[in-house]
Amino acid sequence: MIRSHILVCGGTGCTSSGSHEVIAELNKEIEAVGLDKEVKVVMTGCFGLCALGPIMIVYPEGAFYSKVKPEDVKEIVEEHLLKGRIVKRLLYQETVEGDDVKSLAETNFYAKQIRVALRNCGVINPENIDEYIGTDGYMALEKVLTTMQPQEVIDVIKASGLRGRGGAGFPTGMKWQFAANAVGDQKYVCCNADEGDPGAFMDRSVLEGDPHAVIEAMTIAAYAIGASKGFVYVRAEYPIAVSRLKIAIEQAKEYGLLGEHIMGTDFSFDLEIRLGAGAFVCGEETALMTSIEGHRGEPRPRPPFPANKGLFAKPTILNNVETYANVAQIILKGPEWFRSMGTEKSPGTKVFALGGKITNTGLVEIPMGTTLREIVEEIGGGCPNGKKFKAAQTGGPSGGCIPASLIDTPIDYESLIQIGSMMGSGGLIVMDEDNCMVDIAKFFLEFTVDESCGKCAPCRIGTRRIYEILDKITRGEGEMEDLDTLEELCNHVKANSLCGLGQTAPNPVLSTLRYFRDEYVAHIVDKRCPAGVCKKLLSYEIDPEKCIGCTLCAKNCPVGAITGELKKPHSIDKSVCIKCGVCETKCKFGAISKK
Amino acid sequence: METVRIKINGREYDVPKDATILEACRSVGINIPTLCYMKEINAIGSCRICVVEVKGAKSFVTACVYPVNEGMEVVTNSPAIQKARKMTLELILSNHKRECLTCVRSGNCELQKLAVDLGVDKVRFDSSTGDRYPIEDSTGIIIRDNNKCILCRRCVAVCRSHQDVAVIGPNERGFDTHIACAFEKDLADVPCVSCGQCIVACPTGALHEKDETDLVWEALNDPTKHVVVGVAPSIRVHMGEFFGLPIGTNVEKKLPAALRRLGFDGVFDVDTAADLTIMEEGTELLERLKNGGKLPLITSCSPGWIKFAEYYYPELIPNISSCKSPQAMFGSVMKTYYAEKYGYDPADIFVVGIMPCTAKKFEVRRDDQKVNGLPAVDVSLTSREFARLIERAGLCFNDLPDEEFDPAFGVASGAGHIFGATGGVMEAALRTVAEIVTGKPCEPVEFHEVRGREGIKEATYDLGGTQVNVAVASGLANARKLLDQVKSGEKQYHFIEIMACPGGCVGGGGQPIQPASVTNFTDVRAIRAAGLYKEDSEMQLRKSHENPVIKELYDQYFEKPGSHRAHDILHTTYQAREKYR
Repeated sequence: MIRSHILVCGGTGCTSSGSHEVIAELNKEIEAVGLDKEVKVVMTGCFGLCALGPIMIVYPEGAFYSKVKPEDVKEIVEEHLLKGRIVKRLLYQETVEGDDVKSLAETNFYAKQIRVALRNCGVINPENIDEYIGTDGYMALEKVLTTMQPQEVIDVIKASGLRGRGGAGFPTGMKWQFAANAVGDQKYVCCNADEGDPGAFMDRSVLEGDPHAVIEAMTIAAYAIGASKGFVYVRAEYPIAVSRLKIAIEQAKEYGLLGEHIMGTDFSFDLEIRLGAGAFVCGEETALMTSIEGHRGEPRPRPPFPANKGLFAKPTILNNVETYANVAQIILKGPEWFRSMGTEKSPGTKVFALGGKITNTGLVEIPMGTTLREIVEEIGGGCPNGKKFKAAQTGGPSGGCIPASLIDTPIDYESLIQIGSMMGSGGLIVMDEDNCMVDIAKFFLEFTVDESCGKCAPCRIGTRRIYEILDKITRGEGEMEDLDTLEELCNHVKANSLCGLGQTAPNPVLSTLRYFRDEYVAHIVDKRCPAGVCKKLLSYEIDPEKCIGCTLCAKNCPVGAITGELKKPHSIDKSVCIKCGVCETKCKFGAISKK
Repeated sequence: METVRIKINGREYDVPKDATILEACRSVGINIPTLCYMKEINAIGSCRICVVEVKGAKSFVTACVYPVNEGMEVVTNSPAIQKARKMTLELILSNHKRECLTCVRSGNCELQKLAVDLGVDKVRFDSSTGDRYPIEDSTGIIIRDNNKCILCRRCVAVCRSHQDVAVIGPNERGFDTHIACAFEKDLADVPCVSCGQCIVACPTGALHEKDETDLVWEALNDPTKHVVVGVAPSIRVHMGEFFGLPIGTNVEKKLPAALRRLGFDGVFDVDTAADLTIMEEGTELLERLKNGGKLPLITSCSPGWIKFAEYYYPELIPNISSCKSPQAMFGSVMKTYYAEKYGYDPADIFVVGIMPCTAKKFEVRRDDQKVNGLPAVDVSLTSREFARLIERAGLCFNDLPDEEFDPAFGVASGAGHIFGATGGVMEAALRTVAEIVTGKPCEPVEFHEVRGREGIKEATYDLGGTQVNVAVASGLANARKLLDQVKSGEKQYHFIEIMACPGGCVGGGGQPIQPASVTNFTDVRAIRAAGLYKEDSEMQLRKSHENPVIKELYDQYFEKPGSHRAHDILHTTYQAREKYR
């Protein structure tokens, strides 16, 4: 009889911080004390609080241990499992309230979350199909195959208002309808798991934590549109996701849930994995299909749209991982249930990857319409070190910067577009007062310049020219006319590029120009970087009043730019200084500052 | 034709239902500028020059790929569109090595013309990136300067779609994208057949043939050299285009005049050698038919095709006629019979070919084309290089008097003339072979089934009771399709004509370059071919074996077609080639 379950995160974040070693140690120690018949260790998908990994939760108490090291395991086993005494020092401190232990669900990080797409992540063992089935897995598929006509399935998805979670927010039901209506001897269902936005990892987490949810949804979609073959296009940089997906596909086939005559019906559907080599543009639907076909991953002009002529010129639907992760539950619980969450035009929840200058980096799933303030301040715990929130970038390199003044914007598709950003796949990067917005724009442009496929001229050359102008400004060589050229160029690339990559690449520049124009002007006119980031515009100075001549700065300067006699104020030779900032961090007297 | 009614710039028009916006507008006399678009093979919407506004569309759409539909409202020339095109072009120019004054395509550059048409009068962006790539000249035939490449990918499309050779493609990505061979190999180390279709497709000076006009100038000015020149069949319908004459104008009689004024000592017609080819190849066919030789017999006039076969179909080498190409036969006759007859040391004879072809530049270097140890032809120029010679010599081409080729090797039959169009060699051979087989005059002399623009044509003819199956393919992709059917046994033929270039020599890699704005809407190759067929139809002498020069050649020197001497001088061998080095 198992009296206690220990769930340990086996997602990419916790794996890299050593959760597998922790699991091994747990199994060893549990066996050593003879509890192996009573306590079961389960490796799960991602819990979301990646900053605290390796993470584990011990049931029935629900004790949430964070940053567990293998050497902590012995104590957990002996104290908690043997003696029933929770090891408070290892608990996530937000769950500790005096002598009591709070449930994880009550913490700020989890309280506002509603987990639909992530419902099984951190809960079940993704490598065991029985655990998925144990949480109502494949019930939606059974319902669809045995009680619903294909059109009814599409109608339910349409009624739910589910929109594509990959970025553009196209209504999923409509997409399915177009493909169902299209005539073709062969149709395809594809899954976009080429998650490319830097910092976004919700799709990876779903595939790692609940791969069957995607397989089940793709099978449902195949039934709805009349497809018999599917592909999951997943980037090769996600080895854990790929391996769990492979295991899941094998298990589903073994159970008759995939392949010929699914659940004994006449419906058959086969699923294959295709690995992407990591090009950002392969997340664009036509480029993804071109890549699956075995060609260089480049977008194609539309029309024809994939619903009519997609993969191998056959009717095809492509949805992303998170979109699929909602499908089975919509079928089971009904469209009204789904619409009860989120906003009218953006129903349901959305997973966000919180990153940047925020205390609780990790993965959160919240109802659409939650404000940026709630996400940043309540769930995310604000900027670390008491720094002031300055802006948030949604939509990754294709999105825009939302300034602090708009922190009460509800996060849904329409609101974000309106303020010049976009949902994207759900990356949310927080910036504080130490971030230079020109530098941020340049950073994102550097990414898109690198990732532009090079097919169309406006994106291939335009993004590069945008980057060059930004670089010129951050070097202090900008002129006011550059801002006009920049704006003209950005609008041009947006309006004239072939695919979504180029059409959105200028967003970080346009939104920072819109909300932080004064910073651009400061770089150009005052030759000053207000946030103190752009090196060419910085200088380090030693305050002779504060300097006691300890020589520490001079000893640590990598280029020998600091000179001075012992016990006498030092000085920096600005012509030699490379502005690395080491002196400032080394000075114990606060005598060095950047200007 | 089914039509739809659409509005273009506020006016209503009925346009073909299946048209793109580009085609629809053109059909009512409105031109939309393009760069990357090539009809049928490169509709990729990548240059974004052809953007137009469509009412209701989220953003601008590219006219080259966007289909029309009933009630559509298109605006092709609004200020926003003009501004967009101009900015895109400005961006393209910012990454283009703008040495227009010294560029081989100056005056015939689509980019240059577009810059003028769209009013791009300055380039605001850093242009220092326009000189990043070394010049690829490993073949010594096809030169690529990627600093002038605008990545329209038209060269990639012809190499892949027309030729199925596909040795070039985009490497790297984004701003670093450039056209090159796989793994950055040299063009000389991959199975490029030197057909030159990429050059003809290029809108800029990024691709051109190696200019060898200086070699010819040197020879012309070398008193020890006896410099002779032969002009290929299609050249007579090409050269007028360089001098403002309508496409397809036959300027045959201006050619001898121009060549004499350039200083050539012997001015000849390769069409005469084409007649000679028919004698040898026809005899070869008859022998194979009679003696159960290797069939189908495949023609050997096209050096691009020969190299293609050596790379991709070495097992078919025994099927290929052992006849040298007309150019090589011309050179071989010059350095043997002609030298003997007129008393020249063959080593002092300098033979120039003027060809619609870049692969001929490869052919002249082949050891197996030599005659008595000397190259049969010393330099092979394209029509474009020939035009440059004329310009440089200051000849007013259109004002030159009509003249004839030198009689020693300047009389040709209509059969020789039509060599320049796909199906021409086949038809020429049939005229002679039919007459030999039946012993009766071949009537009618025209074989219409093997004419025309189709990539693959087939026919069956009754030659004196024998059914002879023939096929004609032009463009190597078509050749591949045809040969694969032959190899699989699906099709059986006795005689096959293959030309490397689509449409045959009138579409050769050495032809005058017409911009895509012309070729997308005009069948240039068909018009040029019509010029050749017209000349043939107006002639009395239409069969190779009736050519008095050829008769004399056999009487005085070669004895008979397929003789031992003919084999020594007029025939050759081929070799299988490694695709990659």
